[in-house]
Amino acid sequence: MKLGIIVGKVWATQKDSQLTGVKLYVLQPVNEKRENMGKPIIAADAVGAGQGDLVYWVGSREATYAIPGKKIPCDASIVGIVDNTFAENQTTLENRLQDWRAKNIHESRE
Amino acid sequence: MELAVVIGNITSTVNHPAYNRCKLLLIENVDINLCKTGNVTVAVDTVDAGCGDIVLVAREGKTASDILGIKQAPVRSMIIGYVDSLGIMKQSKTEG
Repeated sequence: MKLGIIVGKVWATQKDSQLTGVKLYVLQPVNEKRENMGKPIIAADAVGAGQGDLVYWVGSREATYAIPGKKIPCDASIVGIVDNTFAENQTTLENRLQDWRAKNIHESRE
Repeated sequence: MELAVVIGNITSTVNHPAYNRCKLLLIENVDINLCKTGNVTVAVDTVDAGCGDIVLVAREGKTASDILGIKQAPVRSMIIGYVDSLGIMKQSKTEG
């Protein structure tokens, strides 16, 4: 699953019959600092998210199970709205990775 | 499976029922030398990992629904392992 911000909405009257009643949003994948990560995509909404919400979404086959009891033909669907995120700051994370490398990586010569 | 480092967590109350009792962590993929590759994703945690831990991530729906015990769970990334140490065989210089 990835994080994403809802930046738009799509209305489509002519669509697959199984998609009736499913809201389609324009979703911009982002990382933990809300910076863009890749191109915007269209995702089906399964949890009643709104414009500008930070959500997490799932892709590929699992996206079809997003709405309980219904199989929607899509390859990306929003499965949760994020309340708040906590991200470790970069320096402490880099220090931890540094001493993890020192302590736990064992290099062996051939 | 992939190697990843835990960089944070997220909380969410409005979500698909499959995520109800799940702890969601923010992870970033790392390569063999533990350098971050910038691919930040969300994963369901099953090993109680914390920030800065190196974890094993399985990215496939069938595995996720088997672990969660829910038949059709819209879950793809599952943290299924906690890495203690990593052994790497360095090729000698001749092979380059």
